[in-house]
Amino acid sequence: MRPIDVVEGKVSVLDRADVDTDQIIPKQFLKRVERTGFGEFLFYDWIRDGEIELEPNPILVAGRNFGCGSSREHAPWALEDFGFQAIIAPSFADIFYANCTKIGLLPAILDEEHCRAVAEAGEARIDVDDETVTCAAGVFEFAVESDVKYRLLNGLDDIGITLENGAAIDTFEQGGGADRGPVTTAI
Amino acid sequence: MPNNMFEKIWGAHEVSDGLIYIDLHLIHEVTSPQAFDGLRLAGRGVRRTDKTLATADHNTPTDGTMAARLIADELSRIQVETLERNCEEFGIPIYSLGSDRQGIVHVIGPELGVTQPGMTIVCGDSHTSTHGAFGALAFGIGTSEVEHVMATQCLVQKRPKTMRITYGGELGAGVTPKDLILATIGRLGTGGMTGHAVEYAGPAIESLEMHGRMTICNMTIEGGGRAGMIAPDETTFEWVRGRPGAPQDFDAAVARWRELPTDEGASFDQEIEVDASAISPMVTWGTNPGMVVEVTDTVPDPAALESPADRETAERALTYMDLKPGTPMTEVAPDRVFIGSCTNSRIEDLREAAEVVDGRQVASSIRAMVVPGSQQVKAAAEAEGLHDVFRGAGFEWREAGCSMCLGMNPDTLAEGERCASTSNRNFEGRQGKGGRTHLVSPKMAAAAAIEGRFVDIRDWS
Repeated sequence: MRPIDVVEGKVSVLDRADVDTDQIIPKQFLKRVERTGFGEFLFYDWIRDGEIELEPNPILVAGRNFGCGSSREHAPWALEDFGFQAIIAPSFADIFYANCTKIGLLPAILDEEHCRAVAEAGEARIDVDDETVTCAAGVFEFAVESDVKYRLLNGLDDIGITLENGAAIDTFEQGGGADRGPVTTAI
Repeated sequence: MPNNMFEKIWGAHEVSDGLIYIDLHLIHEVTSPQAFDGLRLAGRGVRRTDKTLATADHNTPTDGTMAARLIADELSRIQVETLERNCEEFGIPIYSLGSDRQGIVHVIGPELGVTQPGMTIVCGDSHTSTHGAFGALAFGIGTSEVEHVMATQCLVQKRPKTMRITYGGELGAGVTPKDLILATIGRLGTGGMTGHAVEYAGPAIESLEMHGRMTICNMTIEGGGRAGMIAPDETTFEWVRGRPGAPQDFDAAVARWRELPTDEGASFDQEIEVDASAISPMVTWGTNPGMVVEVTDTVPDPAALESPADRETAERALTYMDLKPGTPMTEVAPDRVFIGSCTNSRIEDLREAAEVVDGRQVASSIRAMVVPGSQQVKAAAEAEGLHDVFRGAGFEWREAGCSMCLGMNPDTLAEGERCASTSNRNFEGRQGKGGRTHLVSPKMAAAAAIEGRFVDIRDWS
């Protein structure tokens, strides 16, 4: 993934709580075996039914518990492919949050009041290293885990980092005893 | 120092700080193709094919199509065929369409005995929490993580907080584990368990059989929980014993498993107590699983909600569901009934539903279907004659798969159709665009099929 240090620009707003991944990318689009091209299907039903309008700005401000529901990484893929580089919300569902960080789509948690302020400002600058969101209403701090921040800033994927630890995995497997044996073969 | 069950399993699997070893990786066709592509691009293999197992479930038709190449929908066919090809190329055991071991991934793992206490289990599917019913640490992951586990057999994980929900008392007659978890989510909200590994405990949990424990852990994700867990006990050990994947030295395994339950005096980040005897049969009225009421209640009035945002959310849900505040839930009439999904498609679920419909007829206004969770469940049910009971009552009896839980296969709701469903999500469009889902237990779904409306199973006869 590409490194991400600053996201800056206009803000799109989706002022709804508990937006689930079935809305972000409906199930009929999960049949693709490719990793790209999901952006045109983002919020497919809501946009086509005229329920919401969304501009492909760099930043999306959303409601609490954003991304609840399924583990489909197609949801962050669609948001990223649509044009968003960062999502600001009061809270995210766990799996969705992790999925975003794996692909370099920045999830930033601000409290409801600050989310509203960013939405009203219409423009913002997010600095990953400083862990701040700056807009006309002020400078707001958010938190990001240090290892996640390191990967985002450097555009690194986890697998390469983990494989550097290969010896530790070998040691763990060899030292574990019976429950480290085969599970799914010969059944 | 006393430890809780989560801490014991986490500690036993920490390769290094934040790097967790995975004992079982389950794979299906929807969330894996891009992960396999990633491996190919990087020239990587699957580290432990002997800890990996694949099946096809989300896309598979339930109409008797018994080979991937025969699937009518082109994209579905390509996805299942891609899974088969990838598994062959990387050497992963697979039970695809046509295998007598095929089925919903969260049904076949336990059924084959590869789901075991003390394991770490992941799958690119949020309902992986199901496997926690065996005293495992099991959770859903995204496709990047699927690729990571395939390449390294490990996962980079932030340690979740822990929560214990203790259920005192016993569930009343007609009240099921499905009602228990729906009532819990109704109380805590769909984000109430976010960031937590949740242990379900107490007398009402200990007395449950494995299928009920799986239903509860399955829906943990609907409360936002990272993982659901239940301490393994004799019920668990007896369930695993004799299954194909059960450990060869079973007694030694059981001795290890006995060490897993939470120690006396261990602490949790959050503790909640629930009186199980006060729980009623539940029905969802809205567009997330937290929007749920007792079947004896009425459709709630958004005007009674304090926060304007909550009010707006509830109003939008009622518009989508085409329901009026104050309507008794027992006056709500479904068009369809779906008994199936990784939440409620095991043999015991089917027995409970069959008992309700035996000798009766599905209401003329309703189309009802039963979809066994796996080919083995289907075979077991047919050996007992359950298929005859369902067919005799007017139900469709279908092949194994995710079916109408998520409408990625031909089983979907038409626009505006209302469904009593034993599945896990009532999100907008989940079962088909414009479809309206009410989540209920198998018994409640079966009774609704007969009566043509929701009924309180406790006083229905």
